[in-house]
Amino acid sequence: MLLSAIVFLPLIGAAVVAMLPASRANGARWLAALVAAADLVLATVLVVRFDVGAGFQFVEMAEWVGQVGIGYHLGADGISVSMVFLSALLTFLAIVASWRIEKRPGAFFALLLLLEVGMNGVFLALDFVLFYVFWELVLVPMYFLIGTWGGPRREYAALKFFLYTLFGSVFMLVGIVALYLHPAGGTFDLLVLAEAGLPASFQWWVFAAFFLGFAVKVPVFPLHTWLPDAHVEAPTAASVLLAGVLLKMGTYGFIRIAMPILPDAFAAWQPALAALAAISIVYGAALAFAQTDLKKLVAYSSVSHMGFAMLGIAAGTAEGIAGSVAVMFSHGVVTGMLFLLVGMVYERTHTRMIADVSGLSARVPVAAGLLAFASFASLGLPGLSGFVGEFLSLLGAWGSTMWPGWVVIAAVGVLLAAAYMLWMVQRVVLGVPSTAVEGIDDLSGRELFALVPLAVLTLVVGVWWDSLLRFVDPAARALAAVVGGG
Amino acid sequence: MAYLAAHPLLAVVVPAALGLVVMAGGRRAVRALKWIAVAGPLATALVGIAWLGGDRAAAAVQADWLAQGGAVMTAGVALDALSAVMLVVVGLVSACVVVFSIGYMAEEDGQARYFSVISLFVGAMALLVTATSLVTLFVAWEVMGACSYLLIGFWYRKPSAADAAMKAFLVTRIGDVGLLFGLALLWRETGTLVIADVLAAAPALGAGVVTAAAALLFAGAVGKSAQFPLHVWLPDAMEGPTPVSALIHAATMVAAGVFLIARMWGLFEVAETVRVAIAAIGAVTALFSAMVAITQTDIKKVLAYSTISQLGFMFVALGAGVWQAALFHLVTHAAFKALLFLGSGSVIHATHTQDVREMGGLARRMPVTAATWCAGALALAGVPPLAGFFSKDAVLHAALGHMPLAGWALALASVLTALYATRVTLLVFFGEPRHDGAPHESPLVMTLPLVALGIGAAGLGAAAGPLAVLWGGEAGLDATVAAISVVASALGIGAGVALYRRGPALDTRLAEKLGGTYAFIAEAYRIDALYDRAVARPVRALARWLADRLDRRGLDRAVEGLPSLAERAGRLVASLQTGETDLYVALMAIGLVALIGVALWMGV
Repeated sequence: MLLSAIVFLPLIGAAVVAMLPASRANGARWLAALVAAADLVLATVLVVRFDVGAGFQFVEMAEWVGQVGIGYHLGADGISVSMVFLSALLTFLAIVASWRIEKRPGAFFALLLLLEVGMNGVFLALDFVLFYVFWELVLVPMYFLIGTWGGPRREYAALKFFLYTLFGSVFMLVGIVALYLHPAGGTFDLLVLAEAGLPASFQWWVFAAFFLGFAVKVPVFPLHTWLPDAHVEAPTAASVLLAGVLLKMGTYGFIRIAMPILPDAFAAWQPALAALAAISIVYGAALAFAQTDLKKLVAYSSVSHMGFAMLGIAAGTAEGIAGSVAVMFSHGVVTGMLFLLVGMVYERTHTRMIADVSGLSARVPVAAGLLAFASFASLGLPGLSGFVGEFLSLLGAWGSTMWPGWVVIAAVGVLLAAAYMLWMVQRVVLGVPSTAVEGIDDLSGRELFALVPLAVLTLVVGVWWDSLLRFVDPAARALAAVVGGG
Repeated sequence: MAYLAAHPLLAVVVPAALGLVVMAGGRRAVRALKWIAVAGPLATALVGIAWLGGDRAAAAVQADWLAQGGAVMTAGVALDALSAVMLVVVGLVSACVVVFSIGYMAEEDGQARYFSVISLFVGAMALLVTATSLVTLFVAWEVMGACSYLLIGFWYRKPSAADAAMKAFLVTRIGDVGLLFGLALLWRETGTLVIADVLAAAPALGAGVVTAAAALLFAGAVGKSAQFPLHVWLPDAMEGPTPVSALIHAATMVAAGVFLIARMWGLFEVAETVRVAIAAIGAVTALFSAMVAITQTDIKKVLAYSTISQLGFMFVALGAGVWQAALFHLVTHAAFKALLFLGSGSVIHATHTQDVREMGGLARRMPVTAATWCAGALALAGVPPLAGFFSKDAVLHAALGHMPLAGWALALASVLTALYATRVTLLVFFGEPRHDGAPHESPLVMTLPLVALGIGAAGLGAAAGPLAVLWGGEAGLDATVAAISVVASALGIGAGVALYRRGPALDTRLAEKLGGTYAFIAEAYRIDALYDRAVARPVRALARWLADRLDRRGLDRAVEGLPSLAERAGRLVASLQTGETDLYVALMAIGLVALIGVALWMGV
């Protein structure tokens, strides 16, 4: 029941918050925070009680639509556990960080909780239809969060986000149906499908469909152009969850579905995945380098970082897959911090243009220090979490069968990451204070409350890798064995 | 002491923890805490001393970070002859620098930041030298880089300081990517990154793998130790406070590349091709930066190019196959170069200028600084019986014996070294004063560290014997080499005295006479400008082109069918005034239709 509780507690919360009258804005805030906190506690219980050695745990199985074999099937392995914890943590902190939202707060918080239902569900579902329902469920609240609470071009951005993802998921649905209709398939159960032994040629086509579904979400070059628009227009909380959790649904899809169910197709697709991963890394980094808007810079850096997650996946080795998940986790934490900080700077200066914001150190040392810290974590400084995944992904890719040239190109991304992050720090954090930052206040206690847990997590994972990898590693090794280690 | 020797992690943890304490203490507490911060490097040194003193029961501290593909990635620290000596050197030099900083930085804002990052740096350097795993070593390596970044950019409001900090981090990171690949390659080929296991496996590896791995590790060393062609960050790094230059950019961090190769000697021993490259790069760097040092007018720039040059000496010794000589020179260089940097700090503190043309005659005003500086300069020039003579003799001996061409390049570089050391000493401390104001000797808190380091610079030659016992290898002078070395020093000093005895006028005359050539050398062969034109600007232009053309107008428009459709749909919906919910329903319906179409196509 633990997993169901983790998934559906926010749904109850969302319903209650949504029904509160508009006059009870404060009640809505507190209730939403309380529900998200409770869900975080449940996720922590899952982390603590999870037996790192064993496979899927806390499995729940019930018949749902019996005639066609759709089941209510939840279960968690180490990869799900780390993702669910990330999702619960970031939802809670996003709610805390959005405390002062004024436009229809009840609806806003209800949508955040609804979003959490979908995110948690995706990471715990072991039935394909259930997975798809949660996958699509995520779209709705995110669409409204961007479209209603976003910036000037919010409707365009929301719709673009929506259509891109929908475009991908239609193909995913085709793949799901195809698997079900295939004589060797005939089920929606992910674990059963993984044992089905589908013919390689069939696998290839289904993989193509899944690829479109997942790659849009990651996003992989050249399907990424929705991301900067969505981020720039989205309110801070939505940006945090979009980059922190939603992108991981794409890479998680590859890991949970495409690789174990279609291992032969994975082998055939590996060169393409490796190429797109390497290009995404360098391309995202180069684009981040050219940005003049802080939020766009962080958005393009996400394309680059998620490229490392894809590189580890393409490697198919134990190190690579573990590295991929470590990138996913760390990127969620670190980019969450970056988007929160950019939002906090924007609230004070009313600009996100790098040229207008400079010399934060001299005026708001705490915010500046945390921004510099998050930037170093993001560029992959060893000792902080970003390095763990990057290192293992590169190690895994280098040891895999992929063309080594892609790994070398990926390494250029490591350099560029240092360049665009430090250049940003130099212009925004260092230097002489600009007029926009004159007289602004440093972080409040509430804002620190949202940031400090993420900073601590970054440090803990970066110093004590095993705190994260103990969960990820057994699952990564099992998966590497399925896809033949490369 | 026994406790210290048995717990090598204390060498890392004490300074790092003190760094956190200083940081947490903030602006007020730093007045007291900066004195306590001295305990950090002292603890580091004491751990090394305890081990050298005979308590060799040091327990290695190991932690398994993760089990991967059947192999375990291990992190850990342990003491051996190499790390113990390095701990002592790092600890004592750092202690001198921290004490000196208490006086030097007394008037500055941001002291809590300064002393905490310095302490953190000492911890990272201690971790680097005691690391038993390449992963641990790499973590420490990069954390040092971050500390270096933060300290070069200490005066962050100054654009030149912020620029220099970023440049230092980025240029060294080019080498670090090579190092990272070296680690990946070794992991793939040996299945471990534990240094002892890698070295044990090294002789059995194929020649290609050994060469590639050694070359990649060396790339990391080239960046960190500011060797050609990645040396360009170090002169700029002089933007940081002078004690930082003394510690990080002269004595310790920049020597980490030399240490890395010594630590991985089992690999480099069998990688002969790479060693030839190491010697070549070291010789070129040593010779050409010594030439640049002669032309510099900023006292810190002289020392910066001198450091690059001296590190080149060490790399030649490594290339020649005698790592003990390289490490011996590392030890003495740490003492005399830290001394020279702190001495220059004392001078800058007193005169408020870094331009040697505005100094002169300071020996009368600042006797302690002048006396200790002279000890350092003579050691640098390789005058017997000061420390630099012995270590440079060891380096020259190694080089002339195994790689004569590089050896003779070093002999020539030694002449130039003695020349620039003499030049800068004469211009700063002797001759007629060329400055206004009344500079006076620095306070005791700054002169005491100078004296301590001066003793080291003068006497460390005596360490040759004990170090030879510890590390293996030979001690004792070779008469021929010693003669060459002495002649080189004498030539350089003689020329320096003859040319610069009357002040800096010769610089101007040389500049006029040699014209473009002189300027070319003084601007360090304009490599910076070359990099800017060949790398930095194209990358920026390409990034802008990608962003404006490819991403926005290319890719986005290529799939623009969708977004423009979306925009039209959005307008349509807006005009219908039906709200967004209906749009969603409509889109879901489209999805459903597509689904049904697929189902029909599949033949259901």
